[in-house]
Amino acid sequence: MAGGSSRLAKAGQTRFEAREATRDSALVKGIVLTLSLVFFAVFLLLPLVVVFAEALRKGWDTYLAALVEPDALSAIKLTLTAALIAVPLNVVFGVSAAWAIAKFEFRGKALLVTLIDLPFSVSPVIAGLCYVLVFGAQGWFGSWLAANDIKIIFAVPGIVLATVFVTFPFVARELIPLMEAQGTEEEEAATVLGASGWQTFWRVTIPNIKWGLMYGIILTNARAMGEFGAVSVVSGHIRGFTNTMPLHVEILYNEYQFAAAFAVASLLALLALVTLALKTFVEWQAERAHKEIEA
Amino acid sequence: MGIAKGRNVLPGFGLSLGFTLAYLSLIVLLPLSAVFLKSATLSGAAFWDTITAPRAMASYRLTFMASFGAALVNVVFGSLLAWALVRYSFPGKKIVDAMVDLPFALPTAVAGIALTAIYAKNGWLGAWLEPMGLKVAFTPLGVLVALIFIGLPFVVRTVQPVLEDLDAEYEEAAASLGADRLTTLRLVVLPTLLPALLTGFTLAFARALGEYGSVIFIAGNLPLVSEITPLIIITKLEQYDYAGATAIASVMLIVSFALLLAINALQAWAGRRAAGMG
Amino acid sequence: MSIRVENITKTFGGFTALHGLSLDFPHGQLTALLGPSGCGKTTLLRIIAGLEQADAGTILLEGEDATDKHVRERQVGFVFQHYALFRHMSVFENVAFGLRVKPRSKRLGEAEIRKKVMALLDMVQLARLADRFPAQLSGGQRQRVALARALAVEPQVLLLDEPFGALDAKVRKELRRWLRQLHDELHITSIFVTHDQEEALELADRIVVMNEGKIEQIGTPQEVYDHPATPFVYSFLGTSNILRGDMADGKFRPGGNAGSLAYIRPHELMVTRQGGPDAIAATVRRVFEFGALSRIELAGENQSYEVEMPQAERASLALQAGDAVFLQPRRLQVFAADGPDYVI
Repeated sequence: MAGGSSRLAKAGQTRFEAREATRDSALVKGIVLTLSLVFFAVFLLLPLVVVFAEALRKGWDTYLAALVEPDALSAIKLTLTAALIAVPLNVVFGVSAAWAIAKFEFRGKALLVTLIDLPFSVSPVIAGLCYVLVFGAQGWFGSWLAANDIKIIFAVPGIVLATVFVTFPFVARELIPLMEAQGTEEEEAATVLGASGWQTFWRVTIPNIKWGLMYGIILTNARAMGEFGAVSVVSGHIRGFTNTMPLHVEILYNEYQFAAAFAVASLLALLALVTLALKTFVEWQAERAHKEIEA
Repeated sequence: MGIAKGRNVLPGFGLSLGFTLAYLSLIVLLPLSAVFLKSATLSGAAFWDTITAPRAMASYRLTFMASFGAALVNVVFGSLLAWALVRYSFPGKKIVDAMVDLPFALPTAVAGIALTAIYAKNGWLGAWLEPMGLKVAFTPLGVLVALIFIGLPFVVRTVQPVLEDLDAEYEEAAASLGADRLTTLRLVVLPTLLPALLTGFTLAFARALGEYGSVIFIAGNLPLVSEITPLIIITKLEQYDYAGATAIASVMLIVSFALLLAINALQAWAGRRAAGMG
Repeated sequence: MSIRVENITKTFGGFTALHGLSLDFPHGQLTALLGPSGCGKTTLLRIIAGLEQADAGTILLEGEDATDKHVRERQVGFVFQHYALFRHMSVFENVAFGLRVKPRSKRLGEAEIRKKVMALLDMVQLARLADRFPAQLSGGQRQRVALARALAVEPQVLLLDEPFGALDAKVRKELRRWLRQLHDELHITSIFVTHDQEEALELADRIVVMNEGKIEQIGTPQEVYDHPATPFVYSFLGTSNILRGDMADGKFRPGGNAGSLAYIRPHELMVTRQGGPDAIAATVRRVFEFGALSRIELAGENQSYEVEMPQAERASLALQAGDAVFLQPRRLQVFAADGPDYVI
């Protein structure tokens, strides 16, 4: 599409700047850039900078102390655990859903796709609430769980469930359009050549979707480690036991331990930055792979 | 769900669809249905009283207005940002582009405390704004700021690809037919962007309605003034008023479902629009 | 291996793609399934491969009922229209795939696989590109990799779906010749689908002309071209001039009640300066001179005609745009406007 015009574009110009009809005047460019970049700096960049600045306000010693404190460590551990369970579960689900939806025709497909998206449009607070209604003391299974001495709400399983709920669609959503675009010809070719279902899946399908899958995993993981609302409802905020990192941040903040709160928050902000970097890298890889196919 | 037709050579349809449906039902559908079933334990009058209580009504107003306002601000500045990212070259563009997704990646609680630190009375910007009479933290304005943060990537990421795909030839055609730049933007570019703008707006709006983590720190949570609807649910839960919590939750869920349908319809419209262009 | 399909019917939703087809593919022959898009030829090919299930009917491979045999066990080689090369595998790995997925007991050793794949790549003249990826190949090269991959599992039948459809004209011609040579060496029963009559005529031992899910005619290229069984076959195989008229005393006369249609190829229509009995008056509209043949467009009373003649003949007639001339068919094929066909 940009083939003809990109040849005209000078270095450091977009293809739109290279053409008379789509080039904005220096004044317009100046105004648009100023407005959008100031907005970007104030609303996106500043909060990020503040997290690190506030975290280090009282020096490195306070910063490190806040991170190695036992409650902080147990929060880190719980956050990792929840992500370690939720991410693989939703990967298996996402791949399975995408396989059914992208490779086969069946009635009700559009409805299924909408339902898979549902957790995105539900408030995280409601996500937490519905598990309380099912597994809480007064919930559907509450008395049975109590009788069998199983704790889900105000315990780790509840946190995992809430995390699974809020990260539910990410992988499926990434893979469905990708696998639909790739079609079924390569899988059919593998089958004609004698490959079994699993051989086809592992040797043909998975290598073809690996970047999309990575992308989905990165997004799922980021959300799993950072979820606050849903986890907050089911956690019960028991220090050292059911506190995830975001919940620990909240507690410290409400106790006016600002430096400590920001110290833990800065770890999460770092996670966000790593996520963005990985995401950009994967996008770049996927784009390169795509370009090779187009060529 | 009907049976698979046609491409029946590939295996695993029953297994994958079966697992998908079972997992979807267990993790999402059954727990969500619990909300409606529980709220049905209230009598009609009690349900109505709960969802129309002054505190609830005030929270709807705040949540709705702030979400709407934030989505509107994001449509304006998000489009400008998308325009800048697609149309212009400038130093640091790649970093800005990557950072637009920060609100997706940054845990909401972190965003919440950071925004509070910025806009509080002695904060980075608050120290300047409050003497000018502009109180942001612990007011409805704070809610707005938090929701702007949350919603920005939705608009940028829906508008950006459409701008990217908008071939320069359309504007060249308009120019060759004698249209000036503003007319071209109004009659050629804007109509093409419209479905994306509406989709971005609705996505940002829907996300803002349910947002909790980034808001509660900066909102101040004063009943009738700066208390958002999700917080009402939490408060009722903490008082063990489960039925009351579910009543408010079901109102929110119904609004969410309606928005989800609207988003689907908008995206179908945008898809048809895109298909119609070379 | 011989293939026989009996009473194959296939519907998609409300659309019937194949109406109870029966057909034989003798051992060792190269057969073309020829027809316009949507005529059901690709569906038939996919049903033979086992990629699609027929609603009714039987597939016999070497006389044995294979209708319910899975595509994996049918021992067919299938070349997809867009090749379906595995994009993340090198050329070598693509060709080796079918050998590597065999059950362990039947799998060759690594050295043998290597030898076999390289031999195949030699055969398709791509040995030096073994380490490339599909994206780094030209269309013609991809096509040959797809063929080598299909042949690696030593199929009893080779099925090709529009094998040259995605290639440009020059490469298409080269590959056509090459594929014919390959078939003459290997003698695998082969079926290919095409909508290009020239391709079918040049390449196939036998042509099956299909239209709207039915078979119109089966025969050698010569038979099909010289004696089209139906008006559809006649017009599908090349340009035709159609005259309306009547049969009288075993002779076709233009005009009249127009109960018959005469089909004439452009090279079978003679141009003369003087009219004869039943000659058709026409005016030369345009003359095209490219190469040895001249193509002439003429306007008649109610219709236009197309004539082809050697350049020399055109020169001796001194035809020019605007000339009034007469047309006389050398040979024509008459079909009743509705009813049984007869040929002169």
